[in-house]
Amino acid sequence: MTILQFILWSVLKVAVVTVVFLLAVAYTVLLERKLVGRIQNRWGPTRVGPFGLLQPLVDGAKSFLKEDIIPTGVYRPLYLIAPIIALGCALISIGVVPFGTPEVGPGGYVKHGELNFFQISDINIGLLVILGITSIGVYGIALAGWSSNNKYSLLGALRSSAQLVSYELALGLSLVGVVLRAGSLNLRVIVEQQATQGMLTWNIFGGMQFIAFFIYLTAAYAETNRSPFDLPEAESELTGGYHTEYSSMKFAMFFMAEYANMITVGCVATLLFLGGWTSPFGDLIPSFENVFVDAGLSLFWFVLKVFSFLFLYVWVRGTLPRFRYDQLMNFGWRWLMPLAILNIVATSALLAYR
Amino acid sequence: MHLILFFIFAGFCLAGAVNLLLQSHPITSALSLIVVMTSLAVLYLMLGAEFLAIAQIIVYAGAIMVLFTFVVMLLNAGREARTMGSRVARTVGFPAVVAILAVIATVILQAQGLGAARLSDGLTDVKGQTNLEQLGAVLFTKLLLPFEVTSVLILIAILGAVVLASHEGSVEQGTGNRDQGSERTGEE
Repeated sequence: MTILQFILWSVLKVAVVTVVFLLAVAYTVLLERKLVGRIQNRWGPTRVGPFGLLQPLVDGAKSFLKEDIIPTGVYRPLYLIAPIIALGCALISIGVVPFGTPEVGPGGYVKHGELNFFQISDINIGLLVILGITSIGVYGIALAGWSSNNKYSLLGALRSSAQLVSYELALGLSLVGVVLRAGSLNLRVIVEQQATQGMLTWNIFGGMQFIAFFIYLTAAYAETNRSPFDLPEAESELTGGYHTEYSSMKFAMFFMAEYANMITVGCVATLLFLGGWTSPFGDLIPSFENVFVDAGLSLFWFVLKVFSFLFLYVWVRGTLPRFRYDQLMNFGWRWLMPLAILNIVATSALLAYR
Repeated sequence: MHLILFFIFAGFCLAGAVNLLLQSHPITSALSLIVVMTSLAVLYLMLGAEFLAIAQIIVYAGAIMVLFTFVVMLLNAGREARTMGSRVARTVGFPAVVAILAVIATVILQAQGLGAARLSDGLTDVKGQTNLEQLGAVLFTKLLLPFEVTSVLILIAILGAVVLASHEGSVEQGTGNRDQGSERTGEE
């Protein structure tokens, strides 16, 4: 493959993934509104299109057409760049996620190392890249709050930075057990290591990583600023949190970044704990030996698993009340972190004396 | 390809460093430092040190610099007043900078094998082993003692920070202060 072909393929893959990802973000918003509506015993959006299915598009158009207000007191360069950082980081990290089986490429079945359809870049440090880009994403929120020159924004940004920095540790430590089992940071290798016996060898069941899964899930809710850890945008205390002063499309960019992060977190949880694109039945169902069926099935399982995560997200939001700030810090530092370290020790011992 | 990327990111790195000095606003300076660090990470990546590159981003850009900006935001430091500096600084400063750069340049040029590495060389020599595995093997066999000593050093710093924070907090008896102390130490 020449370098020109490589660049063309990469550009094509990036374009397709970005479009699909943004659509998924838009429809995650609708999913949340519908589900929260049902949980609160009301209908949710129903008016635009059949079952309210066109609602995200109309919302997007509305955000574009609203007047873009920039308050006079803001520190302009950072105020303008903050939503770009937030959304950019949220969109970049999907680049290392494998969505489907890596054995399918332009020429039918392909071997390892050749071009495949369902991953933009297959790199040795995929997991760390996701963690690194998430940690850069803090700047979007922090700078937005600071540059807005508003006390609510600043408080929201400070809360958010403190929360993200605290829970990043528990998040990172909870993944060490999985990495120890796989012996690699490559997401494809981690999935293939779990996929040998279907559901029985998934890290969450056969790998005995259910504690790590719980820690990851909790820390991920905090990382994405979602309920019950949505203190940075607690509307009853801070009016809107870090995006109080943002309007129109800039606000929508923060909104999209939040939902994009939710999806990425769901993808990572799927890849690390639930066997990624592989079928839960393992070899009970024999392979179909057909490129299209294999590709479609792997995509189907992946999307189903990510969808169940998003469902859980919304369910938790509709059920649990918000943490208080000191409770949040205590929980993160005094419970999750020691628990994560214990999990690492236990996993290492298990692997060493097996 | 490597050369083009090298020039782009070396340019970013230098521009960020110069901008860091020229800006009068502390938060812009902090952001320029982040640009410098991430460009350095890309340079590491091109040398084949992928783990080092991403560690640079996670540790420096993602954790330490967040703390920097956090402090700047909390103190709400404004624009610094720009002075022309003293005459001594101007007359001695520029020749001193030239002298230091000259010394560094001669050392680099004279050192054996220092300039022999090329961008396309890469670090992975052993077949089938990733960067991370090699690094882990070296850290836990050959360099075990320095590694452990460094860990103890960091532990001492953490304990010191906790002691300092708990002294301040003993007046108010609040949990909030202690939490912020441990948050800091976790970063270091």
